[in-house]
Amino acid sequence: MPLLELQHLKKYYATQKAVDDISFNIEAGSIFGLLGPNGAGKTTLLRMITGIFFPDEGTITFDGRKFDALNDIRHIGYMPEERGLYKKMKIGEQALYLAQLKGLSRSEATEKIKHWFVKLEMESWWNKKVEDLSKGMSQKLQFVTTVLHEPKLIILDEPFSGLDPVNANLIKDEIFGLAQRGATIIFSTHRMEQVEEICDHIVLVNKGRKILDGTVQKIKQDFKENLFHLQVQQLPAALNSAAFNVVSAKENKLTLQINEGYRSNDLLQHFIQQGITIESFHEILPTLNEIFIREVEGTKDAVTRAFQPVNS
Amino acid sequence: MSKTLIIIKREYLTRVSNKTFLLTTILTPLLFVVLIAGTTYLSIKGKETLSVAVADSNGFFKNNLKSGKSVKFDFPDGVDTTNYLAKGYSAILLIPKVDSNSKTNYIIRSKKGIGIAAKSSIEDRVNSAIEDHMLQMAGVKRDALDSIHNEAQQGQLISLQEKGDSATESNQGLAYGIGYASGFLIYITMFIYGIMLMRGVMEEKTNRIAEVVISSVKPFQLMLGKIIGIGAVGLTQFLLWVVLIIVLYNGAQMFISPETMQQVQAMQQGGGMSANSAQASEAAQKIYQFKHLMNTANWFTIIGCFIFYFIGGYLFYASLFAAAGSAVEDVQNSQSLTMPITMPIIFSFIIMTTAINNPDSSVAVWASIIPFSSPIVMMARVAYGVPGTVPYWQLILSMASLVIGFLFTTWVAGKIYRTGILMYGKKTTWKEMIKWAFAKY
Repeated sequence: MPLLELQHLKKYYATQKAVDDISFNIEAGSIFGLLGPNGAGKTTLLRMITGIFFPDEGTITFDGRKFDALNDIRHIGYMPEERGLYKKMKIGEQALYLAQLKGLSRSEATEKIKHWFVKLEMESWWNKKVEDLSKGMSQKLQFVTTVLHEPKLIILDEPFSGLDPVNANLIKDEIFGLAQRGATIIFSTHRMEQVEEICDHIVLVNKGRKILDGTVQKIKQDFKENLFHLQVQQLPAALNSAAFNVVSAKENKLTLQINEGYRSNDLLQHFIQQGITIESFHEILPTLNEIFIREVEGTKDAVTRAFQPVNS
Repeated sequence: MSKTLIIIKREYLTRVSNKTFLLTTILTPLLFVVLIAGTTYLSIKGKETLSVAVADSNGFFKNNLKSGKSVKFDFPDGVDTTNYLAKGYSAILLIPKVDSNSKTNYIIRSKKGIGIAAKSSIEDRVNSAIEDHMLQMAGVKRDALDSIHNEAQQGQLISLQEKGDSATESNQGLAYGIGYASGFLIYITMFIYGIMLMRGVMEEKTNRIAEVVISSVKPFQLMLGKIIGIGAVGLTQFLLWVVLIIVLYNGAQMFISPETMQQVQAMQQGGGMSANSAQASEAAQKIYQFKHLMNTANWFTIIGCFIFYFIGGYLFYASLFAAAGSAVEDVQNSQSLTMPITMPIIFSFIIMTTAINNPDSSVAVWASIIPFSSPIVMMARVAYGVPGTVPYWQLILSMASLVIGFLFTTWVAGKIYRTGILMYGKKTTWKEMIKWAFAKY
């Protein structure tokens, strides 16, 4: 059952259509990637899901019921891209304050914060002030305050920016752990290698519209160009075949594109018949990065989005 | 509602537990005392005695022209406009022959300019000298004249105000003082706490914490929590000052025994001098007079009104400051946005200074009803008495319009705040803010 269903969401500002008719579902327990270039409307979309903005049109269904910002906020943890903390406040108090705003009681919040601080090796921080923390450290604190109240839906906007690889891995493991325990995670970023690593399902938005929607595997399959990598002991005398084109040849490493109507076995047969020893063979799937660039650049003025009149 | 409470608690506690809060709470009244004492001292010390040589061609001024604290007259021989400076005088008064039927012009010459106060003092003294001289010419004896002068000082004007069947003693000087002080206090606190609130909102915006918080609470709750929390800080500070004043006031009384106090009281009421009264120290008399003076004011009404207008005025302007804070990211940009807010506050202060001299003028009446200026101006009028100077209908109308006023500004500010707090990178104008305020989402 989907935890979150968005239907025909629209949000227009005075000068542009920030979100222009977007619909998708997010399955409970999945890690969902929301991708898009700068200014694609991701933040506006996330703000509607967190109840900060009301959509102009369309409906949001949360956990089987119509989304009710006032009550459902308790079950959502949102870590915005633009995030900060009160500089002069002690870290423990700050975490307590944010947890209490989410509706936890003081004692409940204290217990949970202590648990998380131990888990992420932050016990000694309690009485320190935020201004004493490095950027990475405050990032960790923000992550803790986002997931502390055990939300059903966790929204992370660029959660790894500013984190070193060690801490990034620590947070990544926590994200997997949370998903395993049943939380649904929306993950928004431009860093495609992270998306490939973490997400089950992605949606790509651009200029306020959805342009891709599917599992990572399926999208890669959809965009594959039947490219294969082949490494042989030595190049055969006759390289050309009706089954494939040679895209590139570098010593004994070949990149081949299989033609319509042929299978990978046809390709292999061609080499085996000639008595060539095959050292390695695998399909080259496009990276999400390539798909992203191709799709986004396909639409003009993608990177810096032009303002468009609403009534066009 | 409980979330707003959590926000109020944080805003209040982080500020009250701050060292600067304690410091300003204790130092501000001290600063005021030092300031008042300093200016008083300087104004007394600054009055140098002007020594004036009199070139008197009539001869009757010598006995009649009396020197005072600020002016000293001398009648040296052979002084004229060329040598008075050399003889050590700073000015010379030339008196021509007085013709009793026409106005005479006296001339005072000096190197430095003579102040307006000194000039009128000399004028008064010369005129009374002529008066004395004329009385003597009419046959009044010199010693009779002196005793008349001494006894004529006995009159004292006590003003009473009608209050139902009886009349109570009123004191314009005290009303002036209370009105001015409370108007000034409200003026200052509206600025201090308004700016404090704006800083707080700007901090949340520039530190990017606003979005984190408003994913948990509504922007309006956050704004309201901040306004109430900081208002509570202001009220706490004010109450601490009241406690401090009461402690100091009673502390001063402790130095005088109750018997002495009773003696002073008896003396004041009896009017005559008794044998005991000599023992009563001058300080005790002063304190009695002060106490008596203080009792003429209706403190219950004044303090009640002060607290109401303090809170009402704060709420009226605070939400506007919050809205301005939500629209800017740095202090420089905030200046142009706060101008339209601070102007009416400064303007009401100016109206207050005239209202205090003339509490019944139509400007004062209207300014004390319109919520933009009522918190400051009404306090100046209330000190003169309710319902004497300020009829009940005016007070009620003023209070009601202030309540409606701050509900309106809070509502408008809430809409501006909601949009502004999440806007980054763009400089906002008032025009845009007005658009946000009346947008229909």
